[in-house]
Amino acid sequence: MTPPPAAIRAATEWLSARARWHPLEIVFWIAAFAAIYLFPDRHLILTEIAWLGLFALSLDLILGYAGIISLGHAAFFGFGAYTAALLAKHEIINEPVLALLVAGVAAMALGFVTSFLVLRGSDLTRLMVTLGIALLLRELANKFGWLTGGADGLQGVAVKPVLGMFRFDMFGHTGYVYSLSVLFILFLISRRLVNSPFGLSLLSVKGNPLRSSAIGISVDARLIAIYTVAAGYAGIAGALLAQTTSFASLEVFSFDRSADLLLVLIIGGAGYLYGGLIGAIIFKFMQDYLSALTPQYWPFWIGLVLVVIVLVGRDRITSWTAPARRIAGRLDWRAAARRAAASSIEGHRQ
Amino acid sequence: MLTILFDGVAYGMLLFVLASGLAVTLGLMNFVNLAHGSFAMAGGYITVVLVNRLGVPFFASLPLAFLASAIIGFVFERTLYVHVYRKSHLDQVLFTIGLVFMSVAAVDYVMGSSQVFVQVPGYLQGQFDFFGVGIGRYRLLIIVICGLLTVALQFILARTRFGSRLRAAVDDSRVARGLGINVNWIFSLTFAFGSGLAGLGGALGVEILGLDPSFPLKFMIYFLIVVTVGGTSSITGPFLASLVLGIGDVAGKYYVPTLGSFVIYTIMIVVLIWRPQGLFSRTASR
Repeated sequence: MTPPPAAIRAATEWLSARARWHPLEIVFWIAAFAAIYLFPDRHLILTEIAWLGLFALSLDLILGYAGIISLGHAAFFGFGAYTAALLAKHEIINEPVLALLVAGVAAMALGFVTSFLVLRGSDLTRLMVTLGIALLLRELANKFGWLTGGADGLQGVAVKPVLGMFRFDMFGHTGYVYSLSVLFILFLISRRLVNSPFGLSLLSVKGNPLRSSAIGISVDARLIAIYTVAAGYAGIAGALLAQTTSFASLEVFSFDRSADLLLVLIIGGAGYLYGGLIGAIIFKFMQDYLSALTPQYWPFWIGLVLVVIVLVGRDRITSWTAPARRIAGRLDWRAAARRAAASSIEGHRQ
Repeated sequence: MLTILFDGVAYGMLLFVLASGLAVTLGLMNFVNLAHGSFAMAGGYITVVLVNRLGVPFFASLPLAFLASAIIGFVFERTLYVHVYRKSHLDQVLFTIGLVFMSVAAVDYVMGSSQVFVQVPGYLQGQFDFFGVGIGRYRLLIIVICGLLTVALQFILARTRFGSRLRAAVDDSRVARGLGINVNWIFSLTFAFGSGLAGLGGALGVEILGLDPSFPLKFMIYFLIVVTVGGTSSITGPFLASLVLGIGDVAGKYYVPTLGSFVIYTIMIVVLIWRPQGLFSRTASR
């Protein structure tokens, strides 16, 4: 039985309404690009926010859209970082953008191979496997000191100018523009991805894998695909770190990094793409402030934030922002069309 | 060769005492407690303070470490953990990671970040030769204590009324509740006992594993390996897993030092792929 044409039209309308740009999103990106001129002396921390935001976006893709809890997402981050740093150090690929792509593809390959390991088992098994993979890579990087520099980190990385024109400077001007552009392009791709039918099928897998497979969604294939893509994103984030700091150390694989990443995403909220970016902004400034206050003990406050967030309840924190979101909804002059499309879908479902 | 086996057994037994509490928490409440190592660290530091600063004899400090960690565990369970049981695994992970970070930074603040040692009595130091096998006195002590504890645990679980209630609650907590078993209370006691065991393990482990504020992070993976590889449905599973892990780790570091911890991580991932429920799990037959 094929659905009536009206239902198909309503569904496509609903899909495209879902994918429409909200005015606040436009404001967000204008602000991000305006920061190039507005805060020239904060470009170093802004660069960090950019790659951290990209890294959190990557986790959001698997956690917020596919429901995979990972405690070892730093594996791909670190893999990308070392790939980019090694490419630059041995002058294999001199152009940073090309090296970035290669690092992303390498991380994707790693993500594809390891995705088969996270398909099986419960949350706990996934936690263990992801954590194990990150630790494994850290151990490897430590042991292959002749290649990676071991515990001292990979030093003497000289990154060539971007596109052969823009040299990385010590104030992070080039670094910020470069990272922000990469972030923006990858964000556009991920936005397209999650608003596509593929993205919707991911959400259904997250909701109930058994029922999803019953309506003909191949659960495993979707999970492998999104895990691979997310791994590539994380790898590019790591490569950005390596290129903008000209350094890669074992710390890129550390458990703290994966755990901090969870916090970043949870602060911003998972499942709407901007959570990771907003979380990265809040996290970096919080870290900046706290580590200036107590250089050694700031993990305590990070831990406290995590505990409080969980005890208060993540849902309740998002509900505090409800008034802001209502106002944002009113700002959107096209929201009415979206609601109409949604209600007509409801009508066809009856 | 046999010395390595002996050291591995001692190491594995120690891991078992450290991780057994986690096995029960995970099996009983399906609660992912990554902060288990923090209780072990508490026990370790309590011993260090008691022995080094207050001059308490080493043997007297062990039960005190057990008791103090158990009390800390009980208080945390009643005040904080109870709110998180019904939340999702993600929330539990975030919550316990937060606790780990806090404990690491707090211990760093109070005790300093350098590694600490405990003054073990002289007669426990050194090795003696037993038919050509070098046997460390301290390791022998650990095997004896942990062996006794394991037997006692097995006895409590298998022979006492509390043990049968606990097993009932692990197998099916809803039915156990229906039979009038106070599962929450059993759980509190077990959690406190498990934390106490972790504290005792931490106290015994200062000499062998080393102790510094990053202890909970460093050994988290070991505890989790014991529990996931051993399964949570019995006590023999984690016990065998600890022994395998201990022997594997010691032998791996001795024979192929270049690979280091690589061996055990690989074994863990392979086992989890092969048997996601753990090597010695009964759930497959249910």
